[in-house]
Amino acid sequence: MDELLNSLVANLPNFLFWIFASVTALCAIAVVVSQNIVRAATWLLFSLGGAAAIFFLLGADFVGATQLLVYVGGTLVLVIFGVMLTAQGPFLSMNASAAEWAISAIVGLLLLSVLVVSIVTTATPAPRGTVEDYAPKQSMGGDAKAPKNLRKPLLPNPDAAEKSPYADVIGLGFVGVGVGPAHNVSGQAHRPVVRMNYLLPFEIVSVHLLVVLIGAAYLARAKRRAPRPQPQAPGLVSASPPPM
Amino acid sequence: VPVFVKEILEAPWFPYATAFLYAGALMGFMLVNAIFSVWLERKVSGRIQDRLGPTRVGGKFGWLQTLADGMKLLVKEDIIADSADHFMFRCGPYIALAGSFMAFVALPLGYGVVARNMNIAVFYMLAVMSTEVFGIILAGYGSGSKWSLFGGMREAAQMVSYEVPMALCVLVPVIVAGTMNLTDIAEKQLWLWDWLVFRDPFTFIAFWTYFTCATASCKRAPFDLAEAESELVAGFHTEYSGFRWLVLFMAEYGSMFAVSAIASLLFLGGWGLGIGIELADPHVLGPYAGNVINVGVMLFKGWFLVFVMMWVRWTLPRLRIDQVMMVCLKYLLPISCVLLIGVSVWRLFVPEIVQDWFRWVLLALCIAFVAWLAKMWFTFASAPPGSAMPGMWRMTSVSGYQGGRTVKTDG
Repeated sequence: MDELLNSLVANLPNFLFWIFASVTALCAIAVVVSQNIVRAATWLLFSLGGAAAIFFLLGADFVGATQLLVYVGGTLVLVIFGVMLTAQGPFLSMNASAAEWAISAIVGLLLLSVLVVSIVTTATPAPRGTVEDYAPKQSMGGDAKAPKNLRKPLLPNPDAAEKSPYADVIGLGFVGVGVGPAHNVSGQAHRPVVRMNYLLPFEIVSVHLLVVLIGAAYLARAKRRAPRPQPQAPGLVSASPPPM
Repeated sequence: VPVFVKEILEAPWFPYATAFLYAGALMGFMLVNAIFSVWLERKVSGRIQDRLGPTRVGGKFGWLQTLADGMKLLVKEDIIADSADHFMFRCGPYIALAGSFMAFVALPLGYGVVARNMNIAVFYMLAVMSTEVFGIILAGYGSGSKWSLFGGMREAAQMVSYEVPMALCVLVPVIVAGTMNLTDIAEKQLWLWDWLVFRDPFTFIAFWTYFTCATASCKRAPFDLAEAESELVAGFHTEYSGFRWLVLFMAEYGSMFAVSAIASLLFLGGWGLGIGIELADPHVLGPYAGNVINVGVMLFKGWFLVFVMMWVRWTLPRLRIDQVMMVCLKYLLPISCVLLIGVSVWRLFVPEIVQDWFRWVLLALCIAFVAWLAKMWFTFASAPPGSAMPGMWRMTSVSGYQGGRTVKTDG
């Protein structure tokens, strides 16, 4: 009994991983199979939520929360536009033709084969240390940056070991500290190691998104011309006020 | 420590058992919170409308009224409309509840009294609470009723807009404290003048802006367009009855408490009394006795802010949907952007002496205002009901009040 319990507990993370992974996969299949657009969006939400749960299970709180925040909002907008822009009756259903099924099956199988081949042929990279190795030794929590007129904590933080360092690591990686590819410029030993800074690429991608946003607003705007002033017949007084 | 206790503590299954215990305790807290908040809502609305509210079930104050309501809802017939989409109709309330419940996992109620002390607790809570909206929209869309659909769509539009200023306002105290860990933020506000709401003009305004956005995000009046009774019958929950309706409202009251608790942790000193002592310190009261008081203070602050939400709900009329959107996009969003820049500029460029003086003046003004409110309240509450104006309290002790004379008007 004890051994059974212990083995169960030892395998619980794996067990949970399989549960969440299968939820994610099955809901992803349901997205494709479902014909009602809002139901498909619901399955998509479950699938993304399962992926977020896997991130939480792995201790990557920040990535999991970002997944929820970004994709739940995204799916929400998808539902609203799916309903508002496509539905003509209640509970719209989409019927795909046989040709569409065939094309999407071919594309899906191709992608799957690419993934499978790359997984099988690529050797597993040797671990280069855990994330904790890259994390700063003290929590970047606030002590370093806190204004001095806020009181210092009296106690060490309760269960500080439980705190996940991932958010710190990601934030530091953005500004080029800690993780990230290091360039030792052409073997010149006296040159300092230049670390990759992710902030600039990130900002450039953000500006791209802004461009896309403005472009979409430009394309979707109402295509109206300013009304040309109508020549009025002499002697007639317009009842309506002149256009502003 | 006895041997068997030690064995249990070191058993490999112990962390999982505590995890289940935490989850059960949080679920129980959500239930008790819903029961208490509904009772409070009925009493508060009664008082504001010059009624008594529930008085009979469970003694003088109607303590057990909500429990009786809950029993009624449990045995009520469960109806699903023919035109409803059963799958969405069924899973909507549970998604809403799950979103609200998950937020409590990262919510510290005392020093170390938290199911999981996350480094990014604020961000996580905002993220999972945005899931709740999806449940509401599924409930609205899946009901197959136009009223519900309108309610759901309004909620979606409202949430997508109000999330932005809310998140920006949360960033203001995060910038000041330098961390997103709610425990760390709260433990930095030991003294009353350390409370972030009094820190500078920007955090002061950020508190009110955050609270407005939080009220809107819990779809409370004056922003309760999703269930506008005067137009939409009951909005997104028109078709719901019995247990699923109960679940929807457990989620709503749960998230009301959650956003209020975030407000108190970020701005109002969290579980501290503002007296400069961490009660859970082993040199003061110890982690057990101290945390009992801490949790009590935290619950008081959370429920007080919930009470303020109710107060606002039964005082202000509901806005129109275009006004709701205008308030967010034209006012709250620019205000929160200015706050975000302003708080950084204040910390970097304003001399420390000015910062300190500003804090003292702000704190003194706030205390004076609260004292004035208390004085007015005592004045009104201690005066016997008069006959000067029906429905009003006699204000004989208020200077300038003209006794029982009625003002003559023409005609």
